[in-house]
Amino acid sequence: MKFSRIIANSGEWLSGDGPNRQIVVSSRVRLARNLSKKPFPGWAKKAERLEVVKLVKDAVEHLPEMAESYSENLETLSSLEKQVLVERHLISREHAAKGVGSAVVMNAPQSLSVMINEEDHLRMQAICCGLQLDKVYEMINRVDSELEEVLDFAFDSRLGYLTACPSNVGTGMRASAMLHLPGLVMSDQINKIINSVNKIGLAVRGLHGEGTEAMGNLFQVSNQTTLGEAEEEIIGRLNRVIEQIIEHEQNARALLAQRKPITLHDQVGRAYGLLSQAYSMSSKEALNLLSIIKLGIDLCVFPDAHRFPIDELFIETQPAHLQKGAQTQKMSSEERDALRATIIRAKLLQVPQPDIDRLKIPNPATNEKK
Amino acid sequence: MQCDVCQSKEATVFLTQIVDGKMQKVNLCEACSKEKGVNDPTGFALADLLLGIGASQEIEKSPAALKCGVCGFTQADFKKTGRLGCSNCYVVFAEGIEPMLKNMHKGTTHTGKAPVAYRAARVHGEKIKSLQANLSKAIESEEFELAANLRDQIKQVEAELPK
Repeated sequence: MKFSRIIANSGEWLSGDGPNRQIVVSSRVRLARNLSKKPFPGWAKKAERLEVVKLVKDAVEHLPEMAESYSENLETLSSLEKQVLVERHLISREHAAKGVGSAVVMNAPQSLSVMINEEDHLRMQAICCGLQLDKVYEMINRVDSELEEVLDFAFDSRLGYLTACPSNVGTGMRASAMLHLPGLVMSDQINKIINSVNKIGLAVRGLHGEGTEAMGNLFQVSNQTTLGEAEEEIIGRLNRVIEQIIEHEQNARALLAQRKPITLHDQVGRAYGLLSQAYSMSSKEALNLLSIIKLGIDLCVFPDAHRFPIDELFIETQPAHLQKGAQTQKMSSEERDALRATIIRAKLLQVPQPDIDRLKIPNPATNEKK
Repeated sequence: MQCDVCQSKEATVFLTQIVDGKMQKVNLCEACSKEKGVNDPTGFALADLLLGIGASQEIEKSPAALKCGVCGFTQADFKKTGRLGCSNCYVVFAEGIEPMLKNMHKGTTHTGKAPVAYRAARVHGEKIKSLQANLSKAIESEEFELAANLRDQIKQVEAELPK
């Protein structure tokens, strides 16, 4: 499958449906695996890395899940193409920096992707929309079990799966959910939530993982530790915490609508105004305003039919996606900001003006315990 | 005083932390402290410190100039990268890694998924363990007949150990 074909469609996690879809954008589980007795990618010589790529890529391509797939060595991809994959969460930023001796394999719906020779020999992930960590774990666990039959994974009976960094040893698993939390941000409760989540050994990060800024009110919650707990326990713990965050977000939205309706209407109106009229817009500004429109859809201020087009803009307005669509030489950031504004204006034309009379407070059924 | 990380510049940032009742002192220069995120209160986490600076100190405690026989990775390399060279390094540097893992994770023993071959061995190990526990109990309560029986069972199970 060609790069252009895989990129023509948005991933299943963006267009699909899933439980708690309004607040949980996506669920993801990543497993780190290494081949026994072979130097880890960061320490291996070029010839050794190439040997691992050949071995692993062949095994991955033959998986039934990868019957229709896109598979490529990283040196054949331009930095722009790699950046497009990063913006779609299909490869990591670290992996995008790699060249000869690294590869990526992903299935057509972009729900499964395997990075070969990232920090570990294999970093495989499954991603799905909404809150369904159990399902994504099952997906990636099956891939892992199938690969185990043909590849000799480094495993220690006491330490579990061995990884390049001791912080991933054990299950080698990082389970995460991308949460959209405008209510908690607008009501200034987000730091409190982040701090308490951190205290119980889970990490909260920005849009693109470690060390990235939280934009568009999007936060990634994931497990921090990988040793001493079984996969199901880690996911169960994460699920319980996420369900609580969802409840807090719903409460925050209900409170905003009840106590600060003017502020809420004003934010939604301004976001709509700027997005539909601006001629230059940075990526950060776009994400933050789109987040408010998304909230507006959740609160019925905009028709639900516009959910997918708006969600799509979150990805389409990212720098590499813009450049990819432009078909011209490398754009300056001013040119990108202008193009971004044009694309957004065109899409916003389809969205009717906010109808604040339709504003519906999120179902408080889950708040009754309070 | 010299910086513990680069060993060249003058240390200006002094950190003291108590981990497991043991005091750890780290002296850093301006540049290294920035790199380790010590100046940034949001980016600074205990795990980072333990993984980066603390880890290298732990490794130094192990016998001098350890080197992995499989991949040639050394203590110095670990200190530099915070990563290991290959799966065998976990055996070679075990002594230094152990306390790090204890600080980083919920436990020190993997209880999750294992490859099929190991699963059989794990079941086997648990069987022997429970028989041994019963054996000690039997001996304590002076039920020697039962104890002899259990001992035979253990021998038998041990002989069945999957290769």
